[in-house]
Amino acid sequence: MKTEWQETEKSDIAYRVERNTLVITLGSELDHHSAEHIKNRSEYYLYKHQIRHIVFDFAKTNFMDSSGIGVIMGRYKTVRGLGGTIAVANVSEQLERIFVISGLHKLVDRYQTVRDAIQ
Amino acid sequence: MFQNKMEVSFESISENESFARVVVAAFITRLDPTLEEISDIKTAVSEAVTNAIIHGYEGKRDNQVILRCEIRDREIKVVVSDTGVGIPDIEKAKEPLFTTKPEMERSGMGFVFMEAFMDRLEVESDVGKGTTVTMYKRIEIPMRMEESCEKSH
Repeated sequence: MKTEWQETEKSDIAYRVERNTLVITLGSELDHHSAEHIKNRSEYYLYKHQIRHIVFDFAKTNFMDSSGIGVIMGRYKTVRGLGGTIAVANVSEQLERIFVISGLHKLVDRYQTVRDAIQ
Repeated sequence: MFQNKMEVSFESISENESFARVVVAAFITRLDPTLEEISDIKTAVSEAVTNAIIHGYEGKRDNQVILRCEIRDREIKVVVSDTGVGIPDIEKAKEPLFTTKPEMERSGMGFVFMEAFMDRLEVESDVGKGTTVTMYKRIEIPMRMEESCEKSH
């Protein structure tokens, strides 16, 4: 599928829109600092591009703390209100533990790749 | 017994959360921790420092967070202190999903992660004076190469 819109921020986080899905490729670390950025940018895309679903791509990510859980939960609440879903892709074993302890794994769909998640 | 100590003080801005994680990870390198142990400690440090910045100092900069780290034999002690607002009810603060800042999308999982990823957690707090979080974790003796080869056979 053609990427209709793409932007790379100054930070190492990338956002792209494929039809009604926003794909957020996270940077190496998802903490309070980067979570603030993701919160602000994703709200912008959601309203500008009629987004229903969000895919978080963790391929480059080797660290996440509870601030990451908070930002994913926040997006979950938003898209759920629009009838959408949240998916995550390329989650490492280490980050998997964070998902399980927080209970977030029950709310999001997990996929091996971003392509699988979008389909 | 091997012993070592360090202390750093840094400004209460979110950029310093990654700085604090890296400092602790570098300090404990000598113990040869596994990637999982490093990741556990980095997560716990991140939670404590983020709490100091967001809650202790309520997001205001120009305040100092103090990070101390001590190695005694194979045990690591990490102390994160602020002189911020303090926590009125520590037990409540530790409850999963409890947060005083839901509007900031805080998950309420900070203390849960600190407890899950470290061996022991102590929280001391005085309202109006500040909070000190102390965490301990023992780093297991690394398996030598030949042992790990034998095991995999």
